[in-house]
Amino acid sequence: MANNQQNCIVIGASHAGVNLAFALRKEGWEGAITLFDTDPTLPYHRPPLSKAYLTSDDRIEKNLLKSADSYQKQDIDLNLGVSVSTISSTDNTITTSDGNTHHYTKLVIATGARPFIPPIPGLKTATNLYPLRTAADVTNIKTALHASDTKRVVIIGGGYIGLETAASMKKLGATVTVLEREERILARVTAPVMSEFFQKLHAENGVEVLTQKDVSNITSDGAQNIVHCADGSQYPADVIVVGVGIRVNTELADAAGIKLENGIPVDEAARTSDKDIYAIGDCSFHFNPHYGRNIRLESVQNAVDQAKIAAASICEKDVSYDTLPWFWSDQYDVKLQMVGLSQGYNKILVRQEPDEGHKFSVWYFKDNTLLAVDAVNNAKAYVVGTKFIKGGDPIDQTKLVDPNVEFKPANLII
Amino acid sequence: MAKITFITTDDENITLEADSGSVMALAVENGVQGIDGDCGGVCSCATCHVHVKPEHMSKTGDASEIEQDMLELDDNVNEFSRLCCQIEITEDLDGLELTVAG
Ligand SMILES: Cc1cc2nc3c(=O)[nH]c(=O)nc-3n(C[C@H](O)[C@H](O)[C@H](O)COP(=O)(O)OP(=O)(O)OC[C@H]3O[C@@H](n4cnc5c(N)ncnc54)[C@H](O)[C@@H]3O)c2cc1C
Ligand code: FES
Repeated sequence: MANNQQNCIVIGASHAGVNLAFALRKEGWEGAITLFDTDPTLPYHRPPLSKAYLTSDDRIEKNLLKSADSYQKQDIDLNLGVSVSTISSTDNTITTSDGNTHHYTKLVIATGARPFIPPIPGLKTATNLYPLRTAADVTNIKTALHASDTKRVVIIGGGYIGLETAASMKKLGATVTVLEREERILARVTAPVMSEFFQKLHAENGVEVLTQKDVSNITSDGAQNIVHCADGSQYPADVIVVGVGIRVNTELADAAGIKLENGIPVDEAARTSDKDIYAIGDCSFHFNPHYGRNIRLESVQNAVDQAKIAAASICEKDVSYDTLPWFWSDQYDVKLQMVGLSQGYNKILVRQEPDEGHKFSVWYFKDNTLLAVDAVNNAKAYVVGTKFIKGGDPIDQTKLVDPNVEFKPANLII
Repeated sequence: MAKITFITTDDENITLEADSGSVMALAVENGVQGIDGDCGGVCSCATCHVHVKPEHMSKTGDASEIEQDMLELDDNVNEFSRLCCQIEITEDLDGLELTVAG
């Protein structure tokens, strides 16, 4: 089917866009593949930005999704530092920031998300205030930290990125304070037991995590900042990192007439309402058959798996996206692995492994159906949980929480 | 320098040379089919699963607890399984042969 006249254009060359390009070749696409990304850096892994990459002296080259050669070998035309400005779905063209127009046979929107910058007075004029989403953000944060003698860091937002950044900055010798507006950290994504665990973990490691801290304004004298909260408390900061969530990059799709919801709605093959346009990764709003609802995910798993589905569909294979979401987070010596979606749970069971402090798992149920598992330093709980969520077998809850029962699916089936 | 050979699921033999970094990073850099390294090498994705040639297990050592746990319910797991993001390249690995588990 495909021939050299055909061109698949991909907007965004990160986890979703890059994996799509390589998957397309694997599926046998013979036409051109043209990737565009505003970011001038060779596409890299994002998760390490707040974790190992932030604390190491590695250059970004150690962290690439694919080597520079791989794009050439697979005949993938990678255009970095070039933004797509408009999509015209009536004549299948896009225009780019360098003034060119390109025709597409198929278009893939993999524009992901950008950090949400809250409208806090004084934020725009604060010194050394950065979000953390790109390699350039990490360079800015590190440079500011190195240049500071007092190394006082305030992190606004106690989500995964904020907490990982806190742990990493602490490792770099900073004095770190995390300010979270809600009553508990990670409130949107985990159960209270997990929030408490991470709160304690950070305290043990000398990082102050404060909740119910609504940042009201920031003042700056050009060298240092004071972060003011609504309750009157103040925190001096040499460096401020903002991690309060994201905004999905949907403007291009919107202007092209694609209807939007919480992201860009797509069908089971990642197609938008326009038959030649796909949307994948953080920007897509898709149906998850396992949970029977539409969701938008921010994870590597979703970006990679949806990329593979879209690639197969572009090559005219009959495919349907049906995977179980998973995610991880690394803070200090703790590895958290999550599988499933816990939203809607009405019961939680905690299994603590004997004699091991930071090794336990939290099992989220709706009635007797297992929805999700959060596993702390416990890959076994993660894989066993995955199997039960996928298979749907009822689980013996008494045995599950008994650490003397060996963690094997066969032992836990009713 | 260590020479490491990957045998892919399509029976392709690829021999690569390196003196540092992880085996996963070497494979990804050279586009070895079946080694994706989606999590960037932190033992979270299991997309870097290889089988070490049995007589080469002494070079690589056994899988760590987290590797074993991650692979426990994998259909392709065997006693020679490793997640190759956890294998650091040193000269001792010279001559190592790995089959991509796919
Ligand atoms: C610090 C951090 C830590 C994370 N940790 C984890 C983790 O531990 N585990 C996990 O699973 N996930 C993690 N994530 C989330 C994960 O990185 C994202 O889910 C993933 O990057 C989504 O990939 P994507 O390709 O859909 O979008 P993005 O990675 O957001 O990429 C979108 C790309 O599109 C480009 N773009 C946007 N608009 C245009 C345009 N008009 N023209 C050209 N280019 C454009 C952008 O420059 C960007 O490069 C983390 C994210 C961050 C920021
Ligand atoms: S690269 Fe993810 S487990 Fe090895």
